[in-house]
Amino acid sequence: MTHPVAPGIRSRFGLSFWLTFIICMITWLVLSGMFDLFHTGLGALSSFGVAWINGHNFAPGAGLGRTLGQWARFAAYVPWLVWQIWRASLHVLILTFDPRMMRRINPRIVSFKSRLNNEMGLFILANSITLTPGTITVFASVFGRFTVHTIDDASAEGLPGKMEERVARIFEA
Amino acid sequence: MMAVLTTLLLTGGLIFFLGGAVGILRFPDFYARLHPAGKLDTMGLLLTLGAMALYTAAGGRLGDWLTAIKILLIVALVFITSPTATHAIVDAGVRAGLSPWMREDEGTEHDLAA
Repeated sequence: MTHPVAPGIRSRFGLSFWLTFIICMITWLVLSGMFDLFHTGLGALSSFGVAWINGHNFAPGAGLGRTLGQWARFAAYVPWLVWQIWRASLHVLILTFDPRMMRRINPRIVSFKSRLNNEMGLFILANSITLTPGTITVFASVFGRFTVHTIDDASAEGLPGKMEERVARIFEA
Repeated sequence: MMAVLTTLLLTGGLIFFLGGAVGILRFPDFYARLHPAGKLDTMGLLLTLGAMALYTAAGGRLGDWLTAIKILLIVALVFITSPTATHAIVDAGVRAGLSPWMREDEGTEHDLAA
């Protein structure tokens, strides 16, 4: 997929380049844990190489300010998602140890059409649904048609509802 | 204090892992079994690795913090790869033409491939 490069980040050493460089460098420092000149120098060199080749990909199409906003809203979305996963996990855990489990579960295939219209949003929604226990994305098309396997009625209830709303909010504006 | 918290988290994580294993045995069919297999494991991993990260970070030196961050990076990796793997397994089932188990009293038949 090719994106038109937004104006303002066209230059090779623009903000997009430096952000890529800084993120690569932080990753290098965390993973190596050595701060002497030789090792940080190697890190700087390879971070520079990655940013040189790949820097413009940090803000594909949308422009840098928008991309940063999306990252920030995505970061805010993650804690909510973990909370949802925790709640749903407890639900499935209780179901697992319930002696009357076979009478409580009610597997279904639920289909719905998502109103999200960008691929990254659909990808995040599909993975979020699969991460939440009780629901697995069986199929997701690029046009937003979802097929989801749900384990019981309580899990099926929340689809797509709140989660889609939250994901949509990441890509707003 | 830190020891108590870590122990609680580790125990909680192990309960989730146990639930995952029991669930694989108890649930009725291929698709239903993926629910405990794919997801309770993710939760167990989050709790156990979170406990390890906390315990390591409590050492307080820079190296300890770096190790804790590395452990959290593993959690992030699993949170991306686990749903992808689960989806690949479901997809394989659908492509092979396996229809999911449903309750008989519900009546309506669903065809996944349609």
